[in-house]
Amino acid sequence: MAIPELVIPDLEINRRLTVLPMQEYYTSGHRTCQGCESALVMRYMAKIAGPRTLVTGTTGCMYVANTSYNSTPWALPWAHTQLGSAGSSAIGTAAALKVLMRKGKIPDERINVIAFCSDGGGGDMGLATLSAALQDTRYNLLILLYDNESYANTDIQASGMTPWGAVTSFTPSGTEQRITQHRWKKNVPALLMAGHPTGRYFANASSGFGMDLMDKVRIALDVGGPTFVQTHDPCPKGWDFDPRMSHELAILAVECGITVLWDCLEGELRYQGLTKQQVEGKVRRKPVADYLRRQGRFAHFTDEDVDFFQSRIDEMWEDWILPGVLRVNQTPFGRLPVDGSSPRQAGHAGAAVASGNGNGSGGAQIEAVGGNRA
Amino acid sequence: MTTTQETAPAPEREEIITGCDAVAQALRLLDVDVLAGYPIRPYDSVMTAVSKMIADGQMDAEFIVAESEHSQFEIGKHASLVGARAFIGSSGVGWMYGMEALVVTASLRLPVVALVGNRALDDPGAFGVEHNDAMMVRDTGWLLYWVESAQEALDTTLLAYRVAEDKRVMLPCALSMDGAFLTHSQHMVRVPVADTVSAFVPPYELGDRRFHPDNPVSIAPQFNEDWVMEARRQSDAGMRRARAVIAEATADFHRVFGRGPADPFVDSYRMEDAEYVLMGMGTVGMVGKVAVDRMRAAGKKVGFLRVKWFRPFPQPELRALLRGVKGVGVVDRDYSFGSNSHGGVLYTEVAAALYPEPRRPVLVPFIAGLGGREVSVDNLLEMEETVERATADGVADLTCQWIGVRGPDSDPRDVAATAEGGVR
Ligand SMILES: Cc1ncc(C[n+]2csc(CCOP(=O)(O)OP(=O)(O)O)c2C)c(N)n1
Ligand code: SF4
Ligand SMILES: [Mg+2]
Repeated sequence: MAIPELVIPDLEINRRLTVLPMQEYYTSGHRTCQGCESALVMRYMAKIAGPRTLVTGTTGCMYVANTSYNSTPWALPWAHTQLGSAGSSAIGTAAALKVLMRKGKIPDERINVIAFCSDGGGGDMGLATLSAALQDTRYNLLILLYDNESYANTDIQASGMTPWGAVTSFTPSGTEQRITQHRWKKNVPALLMAGHPTGRYFANASSGFGMDLMDKVRIALDVGGPTFVQTHDPCPKGWDFDPRMSHELAILAVECGITVLWDCLEGELRYQGLTKQQVEGKVRRKPVADYLRRQGRFAHFTDEDVDFFQSRIDEMWEDWILPGVLRVNQTPFGRLPVDGSSPRQAGHAGAAVASGNGNGSGGAQIEAVGGNRA
Repeated sequence: MTTTQETAPAPEREEIITGCDAVAQALRLLDVDVLAGYPIRPYDSVMTAVSKMIADGQMDAEFIVAESEHSQFEIGKHASLVGARAFIGSSGVGWMYGMEALVVTASLRLPVVALVGNRALDDPGAFGVEHNDAMMVRDTGWLLYWVESAQEALDTTLLAYRVAEDKRVMLPCALSMDGAFLTHSQHMVRVPVADTVSAFVPPYELGDRRFHPDNPVSIAPQFNEDWVMEARRQSDAGMRRARAVIAEATADFHRVFGRGPADPFVDSYRMEDAEYVLMGMGTVGMVGKVAVDRMRAAGKKVGFLRVKWFRPFPQPELRALLRGVKGVGVVDRDYSFGSNSHGGVLYTEVAAALYPEPRRPVLVPFIAGLGGREVSVDNLLEMEETVERATADGVADLTCQWIGVRGPDSDPRDVAATAEGGVR
């Protein structure tokens, strides 16, 4: 299959940030893979946060590959926290700063508190701690979830945020079961936003759009807290592609409408850059095949699998109340295929009307994929 | 431990309060900065008490209602890393749920103090006391102490911070308290004033590990066989030094408060010329002392030895105090299924502690009071009889005796006999 030429779009993504500091606070000393976009996210994050910042990070690539004893890339104070503890580390750090300043034990000043985690530690294991952090309005803190779509550091296992169908160390493609990652990627930023009216800022960003990402981190830190930013970061090792293509792949995910650039400041939802143009109908989404077919983790996909994936992305744009963000549908989701059979078109407009459960919004009903919906 | 010259005792007020409330009073006096709580009985009364004191303006601290014990302990750890004096606590399965966070608190050498209101582990979902919960951290670098009374709970909370935060130690400290029997029973307690307490416990200083923008260090980076052993040995060194620091702090306690324990590590009762000794930890000590009084009145030379600090374990004291004793009964309020003689954890530790002695007493393991069952004076009298008999018969390796347990079928003595081909 011929690989189409990648075109980096000329985007209007600098909403406010136009000047960047020269200083870097995440520098040499790490040993992440070539083309590791998560490392780039760390660099953006540290650069824009500046020196009066405390960073904690959960176990994972951005710990193990980053912070080998005696060769740290951090020019900021950084501390490890346990895999499921991003939220708790942020609370503990922020609470301590607050009380020590109140008691005059340390100078009273603004100190940013950032806790980062990935999809495994933050989206799965530590989700409850993110929830707790986003409820605690007493503290200024930012949770940054770098989503590389797997438990990367333990050699690429599927998480709840790994895309449907992707091959990982725990979800291989076999002769009997072509697809073993049955779960559809969970939408963590929207889940957190929808359920935490106390959170003051939520954003979804991409490593491919550095200015937008840094703008979001900056807004989060300026707002105070509690806040949440997620980034979508291609991982050459986990996704199986040439490291040269990392940045392009991040951009392509946005072009295909898989990654959606949005933020929500004090309850106001906004789209950014290319996503905004897609929402406004000025730019058409590219087919997801362009994105999927460049990655070894989807190499086993049949055309039907690709169509199924496309149908889900279409649904997210055409059927959701907040396109690409919040899934309150006109039609129900249906069931994901779990037996390795080819998925049938399901979910959005055009699906055959069959046994619905009768309580879908808007009255439209779909046939459940697999046909065994009770 | 000799009492150093006692100056005029500081003013104290007397109150009738529970073990949990006594710890809460100590936390107020210590001006603890960050406290994180999660509900589980029976330890949680301490959090109820401090949250009310904070709400009433009697204490200035951040109180965090965590969403799990794991988070609760991580919050304490990270607050401590910023330089805040932190307090946590739990019971039973709650303590287990946060085990990962407990382990890293110790390996990061952060002087967090915890209250463990001892509670049986699930299943069944029992509330009563068993010591297995707190025991789970015994190998990880936590200092561990078992208190007997509410007064001791208050005093030891002060000691715990003083020892844990000492530069020579820098290890977390868990205070264990028998669920219900002490967490919720009221005693007369002398509550000191804050000035005296700050004279006894200096401010917490983390030094060059302090997590602050003025000190841009990377904390807990990743390493492997190249450095792990050195890090472990540093923790070991801290624990070794803890003995001297505990002795020093206990002596200073006498100087500042004009009262305090005779020995920092063990509580020995009528041990002078004892031929037989019963041992245990926690509130069993109170019953043990009554039993000893009775046996002494009947002319028997019996003493009671209560282990206070479990980590560091008081090996030198036990060797010295049990030298010349004929028989010792060790009462465990815990279990360690499949261990030496099928005894509990304390038994195994005592046996190991006495091993270097050229002449050792006969040692009999007992398990009693599990799940909050009462250990009565009669139970202890029965145990002493068993020890005497074993000593007289020259039985040096009696397998563990379960005390106050129902039904012959559940009696391990019978099961052991059957397994060895004996008839029941
Ligand atoms: C409690 C616990 N369970 C498992 C592990 C093993 N582990 C170390 S890193 C890691 C992967 C974490 O994945 P993620 O959070 O997505 O971070 P990434 O490696 O992708 O950067 C796992 C599972 C651990 N460190 N702690
Ligand atoms: S495995 Fe992926 S996330 Fe981890 S260092 Fe390599 S590229 Fe980065
Ligand atoms: Mg990951």
